[in-house]
Amino acid sequence: MTTLALDCVALQKRYGSTHALRGVDITVAPGELVGLLGPNGAGKSTLTKIACGLVRPSAGTARVCGEPAGSPRASAALGYLAELFRFPGWSTADELLALHQRLSGSSGGAGERAELLGLVGLADEAKRRVETMSKGMQQRLGIAQALVGEPRLLLLDEPTSALDPAGRHTVRELLEELRRRGVAVLLNTHLLSEVELVCDRVAIIDHGALVAIGAPGELMRTSGVEVELGSETLVFDDATRDDVPRIVAELVGAGELVYGVRVLRSSLEDAYLSLVDERAT
Amino acid sequence: MSGSLIVAGYTLREALRRRVLTVVVVLTALFGALYAFACTELFHHVSGFNFNRGIDERTLGGSTILGLSMFGALFLGTVLAVFLTASAVRGDGERGLLAPVVVRPLSRGSYLGGRLLAAASVAAAYVVITYLLAVLCTGVIGHWWPSAIAGSALRLGLAAVVVTALTLLGSVFFTATANGIVVLMLYGFGILAGLLGEIGDVLPSATLQKIANIASWALPFEALYRDALRLLVGGVPGIAGAIVRLGPLGGSHGAGPLLIPWTIGYIVVVVLVACWAFARRDL
Repeated sequence: MTTLALDCVALQKRYGSTHALRGVDITVAPGELVGLLGPNGAGKSTLTKIACGLVRPSAGTARVCGEPAGSPRASAALGYLAELFRFPGWSTADELLALHQRLSGSSGGAGERAELLGLVGLADEAKRRVETMSKGMQQRLGIAQALVGEPRLLLLDEPTSALDPAGRHTVRELLEELRRRGVAVLLNTHLLSEVELVCDRVAIIDHGALVAIGAPGELMRTSGVEVELGSETLVFDDATRDDVPRIVAELVGAGELVYGVRVLRSSLEDAYLSLVDERAT
Repeated sequence: MSGSLIVAGYTLREALRRRVLTVVVVLTALFGALYAFACTELFHHVSGFNFNRGIDERTLGGSTILGLSMFGALFLGTVLAVFLTASAVRGDGERGLLAPVVVRPLSRGSYLGGRLLAAASVAAAYVVITYLLAVLCTGVIGHWWPSAIAGSALRLGLAAVVVTALTLLGSVFFTATANGIVVLMLYGFGILAGLLGEIGDVLPSATLQKIANIASWALPFEALYRDALRLLVGGVPGIAGAIVRLGPLGGSHGAGPLLIPWTIGYIVVVVLVACWAFARRDL
């Protein structure tokens, strides 16, 4: 049996009377890219922090590659980019990666550092001090830092929040490359389009509870069937893909000429808003 | 390389690159020059005094100014320790500097150990070197050498380590600014308690002596400072000895043979409590 990259069972976290997590079960398989969605304060960052050992759960368990979260072996297997992070301004990109190589026990040396900087589009900035970098460059350096030591699980908390469209595209390509290499990724983000484009599965958290999990296509609900006739276009709001043969047969039987049929799907954004709004009401 | 050594090396490199150590060296050189000038003036004037009853003016002048330099060295070392350690946990955590480091396969104890190692080494070395330079200056200019130079240096160095350990513990609970204020106020409280003890010895007042004794054990940097002063002037006989033992900024006071073991145990306990509290802290 393959060991899961991340396995959280009945995870709870309370801060005083506030329940940040209320029994969340979530898994990430090796090489799987899972997007974590939810409104601000839903518990996404808390879940990520528990997985990397920064926060202790009040109940439940979190295991990284089979090891308890926060243990040295679990820490050795993961890379993490925090939502709010800062690197020492005096340090160069290369020095920062060298520090993380020593801390993670990586033997990759200069070759690994150069490769990682190249992956995030900072190949020419190795000797540049962090304090002279833009926020977007620092975020890309943060991703490179998280990849030091060839982690099997990557926890990314809002990794593209400071990036321009080109930077986001670079990160998307990087995530796809990581998937090819078999690295599991838990991507915490507010950018639904990003999740829709790259994630194998999406988990939606609201008020500390997991409200939906599945492939993006599964979460996007069917929202009707559109039929193009010779004279007009009809929309059957409540119809699904299963209703298409019946609708077409009825229309043809009624003497209509059918030129096209399209099953309408909601976007991930519609699905997300629907799930979150349902709980709010 | 162990995690503590990696963290210590990085902390020291940061201090170098941020020019903290350069500033410290330059300002200390300035302090040294001022001290040398003060020594020259002091011994020039004191040699003209005509004390009776066998008071040696060089001993009186030398022990007084060297006692002042000890206070200055320890105070500056305390400031250095505070600035190097005050933000180690909560401060760096709130600024986002801590998380990328502690998610690595590095125990939180190793992280604290590294921060302690770096800051305590720098602060203790600074205090000891500054003190020894003052001893050298006093000896060369004033031809007066204290007794037990090494013992005094050891106690001052240990006092700097105590302050560093307390600052590290405070950093788990307080933000950098609050922690710095807490530690410097504790330092001031310790010195004040020493002065009260001195007054208690002169009056004599058992209550003041008791306050000073409790403070000495609760904040051993104060006891170490007073014990270092005791060693400094321990060999001075007669009335001169009585005068110099009153000393500037808290008189000399022997804390007994348990002081060093107590201090080492105290540092260990403070660091263990810091590790325990840090391990339980959500970041």
